[in-house]
Amino acid sequence: MSTSTETAPTSTRRGPKPAGQRVAEWADARVGLYKLGKSNLRKIFPDHWSFMLGEICLYSFTILILTGVYLTLFFHPSMNEVVYHGPYGPLQGVRMSDAYASTMHISFEVRGGLLIRQIHHWSALIFIAGMIVHMMRVFFTGAFRKPRELNWLFGWTLLFIGMFEGFTGYSLPDDLLSGTGVRFTEGAVLSTPVVGTYLSMFLFGGEFPGHNFVPIFYSVHILLFPGIMAGLVVAHLILVFYHKHTQFPGAGKTEKNVVGMPLLPIYTAKAGGFFFLVFGAIAAIAAIATINPIWTMGPYRPDQVSTGAQPDWYMGFSEGLIRVMPGWEINAWGHTLVLGVFVPLMVFPLVLAAIAVYPFIESWVTGDKREHHLLDRPRNRPVRTGFGVAWLALYFTLLIGGGNDLWATHFHLSIETITWSVRIGFFVVPAVAFWVTKRICLGLQRRDRDKVLHGRETGIIKRLPHGEFIEVHEPLGQEELHVLTAHDQYKPLEIGPETDENGVERKAGPVTRLRARLSRNFYGEHSQIPKPTVEEYDEITSGDGHH
Amino acid sequence: MKKLSARRRHPLAALVVLLFALAATGGLYAALSPAPKAQADESSQSTQITEGQKLFSVGCASCHGTHGQGSSDGPSLVGVGSAAVDFQVGTGRMPAQQAGPQIQKKPKQYSQDEIDQLAAYIASLGPGPIAPASNQYDPAGGDAAKGGELFRTNCSQCHNFVGKGGALTDGKYAPTLKGVEPKHIYEAMQTGPQNMPSFPDTTMPQQQKQDIIAYLHEVDTAQSKNPGGFTLGSFGPVPEGLFAYIFGLGTLIAIAAWVAARTTKAKKS
Amino acid sequence: MSDTGSHNVSEPHEHLPATGAAHGASAEVRHDPFGNPGHPEHEFRRQDIDEKAAKHSERVVAGLFTLSMLGTLGFIASFVIFPVDKYIYVFPFGHVSALNFSLGLTLSLALVGIGAGAVHWARTLMSDEELTDERHAADADDELRATMEAQWKQGVKESGFGRRKLVRNTMLGALTLVPLSAVVILRDLGPLPEDKLRHTAWAKGKALINPNTNKPLRPEDIPVGSLTFAQPEGLNEESDDFQQQIAKAALMVVRLKPEDIKDKKELSWSHEGIVAFSKICTHVGCPVSLYEQQTHHVLCPCHQSTFDLSDGARVIFGPAGHRLPQLHISVNGEGNLVAMSDFEVPVGPAFWERG
Repeated sequence: MSTSTETAPTSTRRGPKPAGQRVAEWADARVGLYKLGKSNLRKIFPDHWSFMLGEICLYSFTILILTGVYLTLFFHPSMNEVVYHGPYGPLQGVRMSDAYASTMHISFEVRGGLLIRQIHHWSALIFIAGMIVHMMRVFFTGAFRKPRELNWLFGWTLLFIGMFEGFTGYSLPDDLLSGTGVRFTEGAVLSTPVVGTYLSMFLFGGEFPGHNFVPIFYSVHILLFPGIMAGLVVAHLILVFYHKHTQFPGAGKTEKNVVGMPLLPIYTAKAGGFFFLVFGAIAAIAAIATINPIWTMGPYRPDQVSTGAQPDWYMGFSEGLIRVMPGWEINAWGHTLVLGVFVPLMVFPLVLAAIAVYPFIESWVTGDKREHHLLDRPRNRPVRTGFGVAWLALYFTLLIGGGNDLWATHFHLSIETITWSVRIGFFVVPAVAFWVTKRICLGLQRRDRDKVLHGRETGIIKRLPHGEFIEVHEPLGQEELHVLTAHDQYKPLEIGPETDENGVERKAGPVTRLRARLSRNFYGEHSQIPKPTVEEYDEITSGDGHH
Repeated sequence: MKKLSARRRHPLAALVVLLFALAATGGLYAALSPAPKAQADESSQSTQITEGQKLFSVGCASCHGTHGQGSSDGPSLVGVGSAAVDFQVGTGRMPAQQAGPQIQKKPKQYSQDEIDQLAAYIASLGPGPIAPASNQYDPAGGDAAKGGELFRTNCSQCHNFVGKGGALTDGKYAPTLKGVEPKHIYEAMQTGPQNMPSFPDTTMPQQQKQDIIAYLHEVDTAQSKNPGGFTLGSFGPVPEGLFAYIFGLGTLIAIAAWVAARTTKAKKS
Repeated sequence: MSDTGSHNVSEPHEHLPATGAAHGASAEVRHDPFGNPGHPEHEFRRQDIDEKAAKHSERVVAGLFTLSMLGTLGFIASFVIFPVDKYIYVFPFGHVSALNFSLGLTLSLALVGIGAGAVHWARTLMSDEELTDERHAADADDELRATMEAQWKQGVKESGFGRRKLVRNTMLGALTLVPLSAVVILRDLGPLPEDKLRHTAWAKGKALINPNTNKPLRPEDIPVGSLTFAQPEGLNEESDDFQQQIAKAALMVVRLKPEDIKDKKELSWSHEGIVAFSKICTHVGCPVSLYEQQTHHVLCPCHQSTFDLSDGARVIFGPAGHRLPQLHISVNGEGNLVAMSDFEVPVGPAFWERG
């Protein structure tokens, strides 16, 4: 602030340069700071609330690292047995692992320890919830299209690893709830054909539960996964900077530019401030709401359990798969294929992979090689939007399946009814969701078309001289007309004639046929309403305004 | 007659009928409910049984048989003991009201004196678990830590870590233990009401039942300590996930909307 | 892309829509009512034109930063004032830790003050004029591409990678093999499975010990409708492998009326209607023990597999693939319940070698 007197750098006054400038020049001479800053210091970011969903994830990840480092100062990743003599009455004299005892110590004896534990766990839930919602924003607006396909995969991988990062984290305290989840892991590993028992023995250092899994999970939770994730986060952000942010169509916004506010100062303040707001909001939640109260659950013992045993929410959809799968088991030639566990175990990554590969399918079907920086309005891509909603519907159906016991008691249903509904819903709900969403999108497209051609309904009824009543329609401004018509409409691919002009027979391979068929489904006459053309518009508006 | 039937359709008719019904129920209740005055001295055992038998033949015999031998509508009560009667009638489950996967708790229909008389009568039909004395179930006499271990081995699989209840098969459920009187918890363990298995003194001695009650008293009452704050019902990760979405992410998105929104322009103000 | 590039599919680009206004520069060459109207004129905020309003914003921002400082002071004060075991009643949250509650809220205040101050500053006092950056396609121009291709080819040629096949092949072989050492070195994470999953701590003559009382169970202790658990005699909670042993040996003991038992083998392995089943679910190993004494169903709280204890613990619902293993029991000379052998089949989740 004190430098404000020096208005022009070329000033002839030969005084010592301000300290900040000297540091910057020192760094510039060594790492090329100014060249780096040239394109980034005043980088433009567009304003939209949904563009901050990724920031929620980034900040909760940062909070997780900060609080996680604190927790490692007090947590003992050891399964040595100790007898509890801490301040919590209902566990006096109970045998437990050192991991559990040290988590009790953090919660009841370290001042602020409970707060940090709760901030850490709430941030984890919000981190993954944020990633899902962020991914959906990117999906429904088509922000994954060229050149951002790689970043889509980076983000997806973060989500995938994030789920296991969460799982290994909440398993560390070795309490009865998380231990039940680890027992499930053992069963799942055992179901792997051929090598299952070997993997299980190596994971648990022998028979379940053994004395190994807490140290192993600890190493994975605080080193391996966070390391990979930090790398991916950095790569993700570099690509966001490199590509520059996408934007919604609007006045002055084109595929060739990005309109918004500069990084310095606006987004330094806004994004920097948002970090503190996210941290502050999560701190408030951790102050008022309990999460994972391990003291009520007791230490893990393989012969004890509580009803309502669920994983954290992000594992809920896989829990749903496990719960609704029929108990198929094939026994032959002295071996067992545990389909009842192994099938859901395999379907679980497939559910996630279905959304991961979609961008590549779409670009293959459209054959579109151009870069896209203007976002789609979801209604203008009915098939994509329908697919996204179908995927979400599947995800949430499975989440309900994963909590079927709690839904049963809270809505006075039977577990069996819910399980059967989810079994049927697994196949039916996504199909219905797709169909309904597509219809809604087409309806909205029709409405857009009407709005462009006939203007906005004003609700004002006018009586014409000859007695006819009409509703006055107010024509749209040019910006609105532009927004409603800026999107591209693809034409479906067509397979050419069976014979070429020389009469030589040409055969379309099965892949070609599939591609053409998909293209028809995406962009055929049943999948989009032709947007109004300038000629149509002119024809209607050139009349006497009577329409 | 005609006049009456015409007025039956009057908009206020339903209200009138309801008022009549309420007045009648209230009057009946006032007439039937026992006088609050305590009996001067303990009735002799035989008077208790006789009184109990009278109550039984009015309120219970239609399902459980005139001598408690049971019928197609209700099980035999021979040998269930006074503890079962005290639990079932004391928690309002008996007399049963509606059909359903299981009979539910409701406001009790008999006074404690009447329940004692019924219990005395049923106990006289055959030996069975005896309703406990207050020093047997007083939470103060139990060890909450031992009770916690016993609870996690024997009870939490149905009733959840801190007694919040959970689902069973075909719409049945293990009820919450919050607000249930220690005596009734004790009796439930003794007798195994409905689908709950019993935990008789032979496998779970009286002191252990008291330990379990002490544990529940520590973790499942309005006085229980929740160091971390609001417990979200103590149902585990499902409500936590819902809370994280609705209040956590919801709040953050609302904040994001404020951060990203344009500041009001001068023209508009 | 495989065969799409052949001939009978028209080139993809022919089917792409003509580059619309959104793609091109906004130079309007002809009448276009849908054209991009271009960047709207910047409008001023009150703070931009009214110094009083700006001053007000400045005070709000400073106020928020001050609030944050108070929050941090409050955080330190709470840390010092409240003992870690102090509880206070806060409606509607109940009896909460005073320290957790106060630290969390003051920390929140300290952080939100900074965040809200910075954002308010940006929103009201910093310039809100929208700016525009040009975008540039990521891919290189033809000249650069040609240079890179030439450099690559030059490098490959100089390395002799394509020419000296022996070098290439042995190198690939070495690179393929070397990760194997990373796999091999993990071997000592655990022992081999052998038949460990087939045996439990149960054996002929071992008494069924009630974990509540640590005493042997006797038939007369167990009335119809009761639920009892059992662990094998000699299993000590303090021993090093207790958790591994109980993970397989946990037992659930109930008494049925002998006439209610439908399965012949179950009846012959019972004692006066007392039957003992593994408590470990055959799905993925949760302790399955939600026993309904009237229906004789037992439900698993994790994934809702349901077994019928009156019919050989057969699966009647849910994802479990096979029955709960039964333990053959009888009484010994002292009248205690004892196992007649170990479980006949492996307990717990199924696995490849289970057969």
